[in-house]
Amino acid sequence: MDLNLIWFLLVGVLIIGYAILDGFDLGVGMIHLFTKDEDEKRVNLNAIGPVWDGNEVWLLTGGGALFAAFPIVYATVFSGFYLAFVLLLTALIFRAVSFEFRKYSEEKNKKYWDFAFGVGSLLPALLYGVAIGNVLKGLPIDSKGAYLGTFFGLLNPYAIIVGLLSLTMFLMHGAIYLTLKSEGKQKEKMIKTASNAWIAFIVLYLLATLMTFFFGHYLFASVFGNPIFWVLLVLLFVSIVYIPIGLKTGKTGYAFTASSLTIASMILLMALSLFPRLVPSSFDLNYSLTIYNASSTPRTLFSMLIIALIGVPIVIGYTIWIYRIFRGKVVMSKDSYD
Amino acid sequence: MDAVLLARIQFAMTIGFHFLFPPLSIGLGWMIYLSEFFGRKNKDYKIIGYFFGKVLGLIFAVGVATGIVMEFQFGTNWSEYSKFVGDIFGAPLAAEGVFAFFLESTFLGLYIFGRNKVSPGVHRFSSLMVAVGATISAFWIIVANSWQQTPAGFIIQNNRAELTDFWAAVFNPSTLVRFFHTVDAALISGAFLWAGIAAYMILKNKQVEIAKVALKFAVIFGLIASLLQVYPFGHEHGRQLARTQPEKFAAIMGLYYTQTAAPVDIFAFPTDRPPELKLRIGIPGLLSWLALGDANAPLKGINEFPRENIPPLFLTFVSYHNMVILGMYFILILAISAFKIYKKTLWESKKLLKILFWSIPLPLAACQLGWIAAEVGRQPWIVYHLMRTKDAVSVSVGAGEILFSIFLFGAIYILLFSVLIVLLKKKVNKGFDLLSEEVI
Repeated sequence: MDLNLIWFLLVGVLIIGYAILDGFDLGVGMIHLFTKDEDEKRVNLNAIGPVWDGNEVWLLTGGGALFAAFPIVYATVFSGFYLAFVLLLTALIFRAVSFEFRKYSEEKNKKYWDFAFGVGSLLPALLYGVAIGNVLKGLPIDSKGAYLGTFFGLLNPYAIIVGLLSLTMFLMHGAIYLTLKSEGKQKEKMIKTASNAWIAFIVLYLLATLMTFFFGHYLFASVFGNPIFWVLLVLLFVSIVYIPIGLKTGKTGYAFTASSLTIASMILLMALSLFPRLVPSSFDLNYSLTIYNASSTPRTLFSMLIIALIGVPIVIGYTIWIYRIFRGKVVMSKDSYD
Repeated sequence: MDAVLLARIQFAMTIGFHFLFPPLSIGLGWMIYLSEFFGRKNKDYKIIGYFFGKVLGLIFAVGVATGIVMEFQFGTNWSEYSKFVGDIFGAPLAAEGVFAFFLESTFLGLYIFGRNKVSPGVHRFSSLMVAVGATISAFWIIVANSWQQTPAGFIIQNNRAELTDFWAAVFNPSTLVRFFHTVDAALISGAFLWAGIAAYMILKNKQVEIAKVALKFAVIFGLIASLLQVYPFGHEHGRQLARTQPEKFAAIMGLYYTQTAAPVDIFAFPTDRPPELKLRIGIPGLLSWLALGDANAPLKGINEFPRENIPPLFLTFVSYHNMVILGMYFILILAISAFKIYKKTLWESKKLLKILFWSIPLPLAACQLGWIAAEVGRQPWIVYHLMRTKDAVSVSVGAGEILFSIFLFGAIYILLFSVLIVLLKKKVNKGFDLLSEEVI
């Protein structure tokens, strides 16, 4: 296994970590947008209050790791998606301040921060999918690796479908998370939201897969002969099917695990079909940015690997510890967001 | 307007605004930990730590929000730079996430929300981890920035800087001095916020006995930090600069011609073309002595460097010297306050309490000025002697797009700042929360 492959996997791990952890935060935020009841709003906020910030660090670390391991991809994609990124950052800025600002605001102003939290979650959930859809169908990259696309070029039907797919996925994930954190009527509602989002997710997933045959046919070129593909597909299938069963039988903890595995296996399947490309070129696949032509030197990849091997287990260790401390239903205290 | 200038304006704006918050997080972080530590025996400190923990929560949120932009901005606005330095520059950013930001964010959640869920010892430990995380965060960011100032541990190959020695790049010639200088500035910033809020409460006759404890603590903490800033931290940074970036040193010190017995200027007004200091009052020989240990030693002037390698003269000189003046002011005001605490007369001195309150933003201004001197002084290079700023911007991003984002981020930052001030004021006016027994 070479260092480039290891870093392909490690960046994947960071993206999966982000999608699973901040994914439910985004879902809770979208649900918050449509929550009317004040008590339920408080549960939403405090369900993720102590942990959302740590969850978002997965994104920042992922960005840093991408910069360090595959700088050409970081530079090309981020500058290419300029306006989309500005939009994403705007949303993330508002979401980041909304918790504290809402807490200390006058009662009549709280609704603005509710809105900031909601839209600040909804937009990223949509935009991540739009970005991935565009990458999957290939970006207009020329033989010198220069990006030649426009902002409106990013808003194509395929990318929008993938965007809606990621939106429903996070919505479902967030609703399942809230079933773990809420009680009574709110929990019932969340089971319903999760089940509805599950249906939308299935429909969009099938549609997106069908469209991928047309827009990203190359993605299927080498996967069918690969046993890992079939393992992941089975894992994806089993976890998706289990979600409504877990919700119906009251095993919401398992349902949450299943929805986490759904996210993980989806991302891994995508990575497998892209491999060894990171950003395919829509002009000619030979112009694509790959884990070999867009990477840092072996020395940097090795140094970074040492950093990851020391740092990441520690992070995972105390993250699990903190989640255990805050496990269970939301209990209000004087320190809670109200 | 051209895209390079706009990209620079955007970077200056976003980093300048962001850089108001990390210094406060670092300073407050350590002071909160110390309060929790003293709080084992003294309930007042417990109450003070609890209060400033909430203040930190607010400030940290804006710091996070504005920090997200920084993580991605190198790619969005400076893609040629990112390609050139990615082999070296990305690693400290990733290390910051792994070693620092996770720690700070995760434990701040535990500190703020976990008071009743863990033992007092673990809770105190969480405040320590917040401070440690914030400080390690500063370390890795300064590693990255110092590499731009004094690059080391690399070779230029394949049209980019490639890493040859990880530790040489991390501990490049300016990393450690700049780290200590910056973290100490953060401690001073925290101390002035703390002291200013406590002074305000005394002035408003709110929970005066607790506010006195808080003020005493902040004055002593801030005085020690301010003295250390002059010697050794500021002094060592100056000496390093003279050694490693002579043209930047010459620009910020106003050395426009090579001279022996170079003076430290108390006052001067720099003009361009020809470079000259008007209305100059200085102490002869002091700069030569500080930089090289010999009052008669010669220091290289701007005239010895090629014109195209010279940083802007006015901005660097003015921002550096104002920073130094502020530094002297901090020592003066804190020394007087400390003396009056010793004499037990500070509480009656309305004037001094008011000065302390209105001094809250001044250390942050000093941070900004120092940062301007550091970054403008590095121009015209984005990486000193390796890559020019004008060659570093994204080729696929147009001036219009950058202008749009400047207006958008500018508007958002003004909004966030106004709301933050209003909410902080409200929080301060509510005063300390006299903790009931069950939360202690």
